[in-house]
Amino acid sequence: MFEFLGITPQALYSQLLVGLINGSFYAVLSLGLAVIFGMLNIINFAHGAQYMMGAFIAWMGLTQLGGWLGDSTLQINYWAMLLIAPLLTAAIGIAIERTMLSRLYKLDHLYGLLLTFGLALIIEGLFRYFYGVSGQPYEIPEVLQGALNLGFMFLPKYRAWVIVASLSVCFATWYMIERTKLGSYLRAGTENPRLVQAFGINVPLMITLTYGFGVALAAFAGVLAAPIFTVSPLMGADLIIVVFAVVVIGGMGSILGSIVTGLGLGLIEGLTKVFYSEASAVVIFVIMVIVLLVRPAGLFGRER
Amino acid sequence: MNKRLIAALTAVIFAASPLSALAQAKKDAGPNLSDGVVKIGVLTDLSGLYSDLAGAGSILAAKMAIEDFQAQEKGRAFKIELVSADHQNKGDVASNKAREWFERDQVDMITDLVTTSTALAVMPVAKEKNRITMVSGAAATLITGKNCTDTNVHYTYDTYALANGTGKAVVKQGGDSWFFLTADYAFGHALEKDTTAVVLANGGKVLGSVRHPFPGTDFSSFLLKAQASGAKVIGLANAGTDTTNSIKQAAEFGITPKQSLAGLLMFITDIHSLGLKATQGMYLTEGFYWDINDETRTWSKRFFEKHRRMPTMVQAGVYSSTMHYLRAVKAAGTDEAKAVMAKMKSTPVNDFFAKNAKIRDDGRLVHDFYLLQVKKPEESKTPWDYYHVRQVIPAAEAVMPVAQSECPLLKK
Repeated sequence: MFEFLGITPQALYSQLLVGLINGSFYAVLSLGLAVIFGMLNIINFAHGAQYMMGAFIAWMGLTQLGGWLGDSTLQINYWAMLLIAPLLTAAIGIAIERTMLSRLYKLDHLYGLLLTFGLALIIEGLFRYFYGVSGQPYEIPEVLQGALNLGFMFLPKYRAWVIVASLSVCFATWYMIERTKLGSYLRAGTENPRLVQAFGINVPLMITLTYGFGVALAAFAGVLAAPIFTVSPLMGADLIIVVFAVVVIGGMGSILGSIVTGLGLGLIEGLTKVFYSEASAVVIFVIMVIVLLVRPAGLFGRER
Repeated sequence: MNKRLIAALTAVIFAASPLSALAQAKKDAGPNLSDGVVKIGVLTDLSGLYSDLAGAGSILAAKMAIEDFQAQEKGRAFKIELVSADHQNKGDVASNKAREWFERDQVDMITDLVTTSTALAVMPVAKEKNRITMVSGAAATLITGKNCTDTNVHYTYDTYALANGTGKAVVKQGGDSWFFLTADYAFGHALEKDTTAVVLANGGKVLGSVRHPFPGTDFSSFLLKAQASGAKVIGLANAGTDTTNSIKQAAEFGITPKQSLAGLLMFITDIHSLGLKATQGMYLTEGFYWDINDETRTWSKRFFEKHRRMPTMVQAGVYSSTMHYLRAVKAAGTDEAKAVMAKMKSTPVNDFFAKNAKIRDDGRLVHDFYLLQVKKPEESKTPWDYYHVRQVIPAAEAVMPVAQSECPLLKK
């Protein structure tokens, strides 16, 4: 079979694994979008910018902070940043939600989309103004440098870590929303906020925190991406369109759908790169068109 | 509103009105200008992946050229205006903007034009409207080949010169089997084609190539293919963040140092972004480097003071081409494209950028190139001290010979 395809099994396995790594990025990013859309009905176009901010905060902590505070030995390492960068970005996200987004909930989705799209352009523009687009270097943390020999390929340790970390986060998020009491409040709060409020639950606070959580997921993906993709103001803009396609294919707002679709599309994209790499940029959109024609609500979505 | 602001606005409106331009033109005994002013447009990437190597730095370079020209003329120069716009690396955006500039704003010359697709889109518009393009940012040899026009100058570099410089050097060092990682558009294809020719001519062989979407983020799939090919050298026929990401990820997958990378188009801003540790030992070819001699250093330091980054060859080329154009307008006594072009072709360029360089009939500026090697971190003494100059590639050897060119203008 492999002779027929003109590729060795080793090459195929390694390409599939690379596809899975990219898929796990798609999964974390589309999960954040799905959480925000599913709970708040906001199409968060600033997601790419928030992902970029996560990466930039990690980079600033490692290389710039010492200079700003006048003590060059002071730096915040990668591991601490996996927590701090999402928290800081979430705080900024919460400020945006409280001051701007919360005014738009009663209006059409389109207003939220326009607002967040505008914010994304402003944020990216600011970073571009201060740091340029060439990108900033970010070292892979020492314990994760080097590669594992899997027989069919050298898997960089860092990439293995990316899969583990993102799948754990995805699963934890899914569990929290679908299986815990907090998650059930959240789901109920979006179905019928008045009724839930009548039970003494602070729904606006819950919604604000949910937005913060979705933003934190984007920033988390950004920190994961910092050592392998150049940290540049454009890194989010390049990725966000694909991630939106993933969410649409998975079904807007479906938590499990976005995780499974993210991983699956990563694999499909990887396979396309093997057989006809010129098409790898469009294959996801071709699938999106087909899915929308056959199942307009997406693979895992429910018709409302 | 504040009174001074109103006064300033009125002045601006008056200055911009055709009446005052006419008055100005009559007062000057200078050249016979179509609308009393020479207008230069910098059409560049202000927001995308090439905005560091061209972008705002190119606008600054054009501005410096205009100021320097006016200073040399001691205020007796004709009126010069500068406009700029973002073409987003899209051919259709670029040609629409160019058409608007030529038709509505009477722009006389467009420079920079980074990204081959935008240069190829604007050149025919300029020819139709009888205006000049001076391409500094774009690379493909098509610009002076099959698609050449008699109103265009390709100033700074091209894929032939890059392939010839870097390709030959790497094959000579023993890198005789190649695999290409190619950006999937006109520029990448041209660079791959030209480098393949050089590799073959020097006794090497090409094992294959893979084309990646432009712009890309993750290159690991493509790099794994390159790894599986077993080629000694992976030729990166891409640019900007595509190149930096490829280099970064090649190291991650243990491809380097077993196989070596050849960055076929790298700018000093890319080296700055990746750092010397990741790039040391790489060969690259450029049409300009700031640290060649006193003249290049003096100009580059002036540029650095304003931009906080050393100039790329594209930005230096924008300065030099704008200056050459303005001098030609003065010498020709008009801003009519054919006359200015004739003057530019008959006068050699002699400045910090190029010595005794002439513009050929296909529009190619024939000047020296530099084969450079990236320094080791411990060899770099000052910020931006990144290269050893390994060879000055003489102009005649660096550019495509007339016999190989497909440009009909050379066949007369």
